[in-house]
Parts: sequence; structure tokens; C-alpha cells
Amino acid sequence: MNKSFSTFNVVSLIIGYAFLYIPILLLVIYSFNESRLVTVWSGFSSKWYGELWQNEELLDAAKVTLQVGLVASTLATILGTIAGVVLTRFGNFTGRILFNGMIYAPLVMPEVIVGLSLLLMFITISVDRGYWTVTLAHTTFSMCYVAVVIQSRLSSFDRSIEEAAMDLGCPPLKTFFLITLPVIMPAVVSAWLLSFTLSLDDLVISSFATGPGATTLPMKIFSQMRLGVTPQINAVSTILIGLVATGVTISSVIRKRQEVRKL
Amino acid sequence: MNRIDFLSTWRNRLNLSGRTFVIAIPYLWLLLLFLLPFLIVFKLSFAETRLAIPPYTELVEYAQDGHLRIILFLRNYLFLTEDPLYWKAYLSSVKIATIATSMALLVAYPVAYGMAKAPKRYQSTLVMLVILPFWTSFLIRVYAWIGILKTEGFLNHFLLWLGVINEPLHILHTHVAVYIGMVYSYLPFMLLPLYANLEKMDVSLLEAAADLGCTPMQAFWKITVPLSMPGVIAGCLLMFIPAVGEFVIPSLLGGSETLMIGKTLWTEFFNNRDWPLASAAAVVLLLILVAPIMWFQRTQAKGAV
Repeated sequence: MNKSFSTFNVVSLIIGYAFLYIPILLLVIYSFNESRLVTVWSGFSSKWYGELWQNEELLDAAKVTLQVGLVASTLATILGTIAGVVLTRFGNFTGRILFNGMIYAPLVMPEVIVGLSLLLMFITISVDRGYWTVTLAHTTFSMCYVAVVIQSRLSSFDRSIEEAAMDLGCPPLKTFFLITLPVIMPAVVSAWLLSFTLSLDDLVISSFATGPGATTLPMKIFSQMRLGVTPQINAVSTILIGLVATGVTISSVIRKRQEVRKL
Repeated sequence: MNRIDFLSTWRNRLNLSGRTFVIAIPYLWLLLLFLLPFLIVFKLSFAETRLAIPPYTELVEYAQDGHLRIILFLRNYLFLTEDPLYWKAYLSSVKIATIATSMALLVAYPVAYGMAKAPKRYQSTLVMLVILPFWTSFLIRVYAWIGILKTEGFLNHFLLWLGVINEPLHILHTHVAVYIGMVYSYLPFMLLPLYANLEKMDVSLLEAAADLGCTPMQAFWKITVPLSMPGVIAGCLLMFIPAVGEFVIPSLLGGSETLMIGKTLWTEFFNNRDWPLASAAAVVLLLILVAPIMWFQRTQAKGAV
């Protein structure tokens, strides 16, 4: 569809994007505000960022979050890629419908249910909750997102090169590593980034799955947010937004390059 | 049997077991960490609360005469229907999610329409700009609205400065704040399926309508809107399902009168430590969502988006 791009269209786009971006912009701008009153501008200052480095609890939480994020998103990428291959290349197998359901359900399932059920299982099999239970929880929901990303990449994949390799005697596993994986690598990288940001972001499931000593950054931020708006939270948020924006930019540059190479 | 035959059957067998192995890895993972937890919740919802560790009774036990006894307590479910707090929380969650989804549809439709009609070379950037905030922390995006909506926040400053109002409005900690937060947070979910659908639309249909004397407005309502229904349905489901169980938005933007089941469940679990009741509440929430989830999976399977 592409015809008569009218003033109405331009106006609705401007309003729509303003709605999406103004809240984030205000948050970022006011993290550099001198005053403790977050909504009244009184001059530029980066002192709130300085204060962050003295906040031990926050730094600890950030460390836990990064560790969980790195491990969980790597595991999720491996498991999710396998799941994506199974979904697109393995045809029908016993239990396929259940497998499909288990991949798609976590994407829309309310987080409270996922969190509650994981916690009750951890209690039932009496494992100590903490860093590892949070990591397992994050891996589980992230791998479903990865599987969907990989599945959509593989379904638009030219299978003839895989078939050619196998016709020439290359075993399936070798074909996957030598042919398929290099081609879908950009999708794998962006799936990893997606799971990393999902893990970085998660509050509800982490709160259920965690135990003493493993407080993640969103949990810490959330408990402070309930007390009201402070410039420190604005500063943490700005750093997180910056990290995510950098990650997304890198992954889109990788993808663009890949597209250029294809041409 | 000659050697080659032997080798090839051997290889086939290996491939078959290799195939099973590859399927088994993600399959077992999801069975253990997604399906099994649900079964445990389901089981616990029939248990009775007790003051002990663990704080619930076992369903299956050997009676003294050696018979296996299974005791199912339906009290938790009965309690959910009797206690007005719960059924009100379910009703109001569905109501709030429905209103927020309709509002998001009204906001998203013109934007998605504009995206689809924009010159082709800008479209990938426009899509990217919709996805970007979605990558930013949900928590942070909700938090940003506290500063905007609170009594001495940006919105009130702005409206007072414009002279539209004389007294600051109280929006934060009301239903309105929850609606705004939901529309904002879930807008990309609504925008992307809508755009994907509108973008594919065949312009020649609109031209044909115009040739036959339809005004642009009539053509929009008679052609564009009906053809975009798959996108509308996908977007609405994608937003409605998680919105019903939403916890962060009602806790940060809602007030004490904002009753949502996600919040109630959280309180029941963490503050009252009533695990069986919380489990039963989760099972009922899931039952409410089964129909929309199945519907959504079917639209996904058909590739209607």
C-alpha cells in the first residue's frame, strides 16, 4: 500500500511517535537536572550519576543482573536456536503440537503465572533459590522468543544450499554448522540481544524465582520507584536506555551489512 | 549383508537417534521448566493451607489401612467465588484490559495507517522507531509516566502554563493513569501487526472503489477496515492477554481502588503466604485466558498476521 501520503497521515505519525518518545526523552533530560525535584528544571548537573557509583546495593544488583543476563541469554540462544531448527526442519514428530504450544504460550502468558509456577516447582523439588534459579527462569522464557526469531529466519531460508551440501555427503550436523548457522548468524545475534534485554528488564518472574542474596536491578529499582520519583532512578534508567540503544544500533548495523552483502 | 549396506543402516539409525536427541534438548527443557511447574500449580490449587513447612497438605497419602487416598480440596476455588475481592479483581482486570486495548487500537490505527502509506524508503526506519522503545525496559517506560502524570508533574505544569486548567489534575493513582500506561507500554504490540497487515494491502482495490464512485471515506470503511481485521485481531489479542495479568502498571500507576488480579495474586502469595489460594487464583486466570491464547495461536499458525 503506497498512495497519497496525506497531511492526516503525517500528523498522525508525528503524534504517534511523539507519544512514544516524549516520556523517554523527559526521563533522560531530567536525569541531568540539578534539583532533587525531578520535574522542575534548575540547571545541568551530572551529580546523580556520581551518586550511583556510591550506591553499593545498586551496584551489586547491577552485577547480579549482568551475570544472569549473560548466562541466561547465551543458554537461551543455544536452546532457542535448536528449537527453531526443530520447528522448521524436523517436520512432524510425536508431540509436535505440545512443543508448538510450549514455544508460543510463554510469549503471551501473564508473568505472574509463569513466576508463581516456577517458584512453586523450585520449592517442591527443594532447591535453594538464588542466582541459578533466576538464570533458569530467564533462560526458559527467553528461549521461546529466540525460537520464534530463528523460526521466522529459517522459513525464508533457501533450503537448496543445505540440500546440496547433504547430497554431496555432508552429514546433517556438519551442514548445520558449516552452511545454515553462518547464514542465519545475524538473526542469532539479534536473538541473543533480544534475550539479553528481556533478562535485563524482567521484574515479575525474577521476583518469584529469586532467593536471598540475588536481587536484580529491576527488583531494586522497583522497590525504590514505589516510594516515588527520584533523580537517581532517572540516572539508572538513562544508563539502561543508553545500553539498549547501543545494542540495538549495533545489531541493526550488522543486519544492514548482511543485506548489502547479499546484494 | 555387505559392508556398505551395513554402514548405511548404521548411519540411518544414528541419524534417527541424533534427530531424537536434538528434539529432546529443547523439549525436555520446556517440559521441566514450563509445563511441570504448571502441573504443580494445578495440583497445589487443590491442596489445603496449613501452618507448616511446606504450608500446604499433600493430595495423595497412604491411609493407615494401606489404601491410597486422594483428597482434593475445592475450598480454594469456592473461596474465589465467594470472596468479592477475587471475582471483582477478575472482572476489573478484564474490564481494564478491554478498555486499554480499545484505546490502543484507536491510537494505533491512524499511526499504522500512516506508516503503511509513508514512502517505501522511510518504512523500515519507521518500523525500527516503533520497536526501539519496546526494547527499552518496561519498568522504566512505566516509571517515566509517574513524572508526567503526578500532581506536580509535567502534564499539569504544561496544562497550567497553557491556561487550559486552573488547578492541577489528579491523574496518577487512578484508572486513567493505568489506561495511559497500558496504551503506552503495549502500543508496539498493536502497531506492528496492524502495520504488517495494512502494508500488504492492494491499492488497486481502493482505486477500483474510487472509480466506481466511492468517496475516500467510504472506501476506507468498506475496504481498508474489513481487510485489516486479521491485523486488528492479532494486535488486540497480543495486547489483551498480557494486560489482563499485568502487575507493574497497576502497582506503579494505579491507586488503591485499581483492582487487578496480577496485583492481588502477588499480594496473596508474598504477603499472606497462602500458596494454595494463589495457585487456584492463577489457574482461574489461566482459564480466563485459554480462549484468547488459543485464538492467538491459531492466527499465528495461519500466518494471518
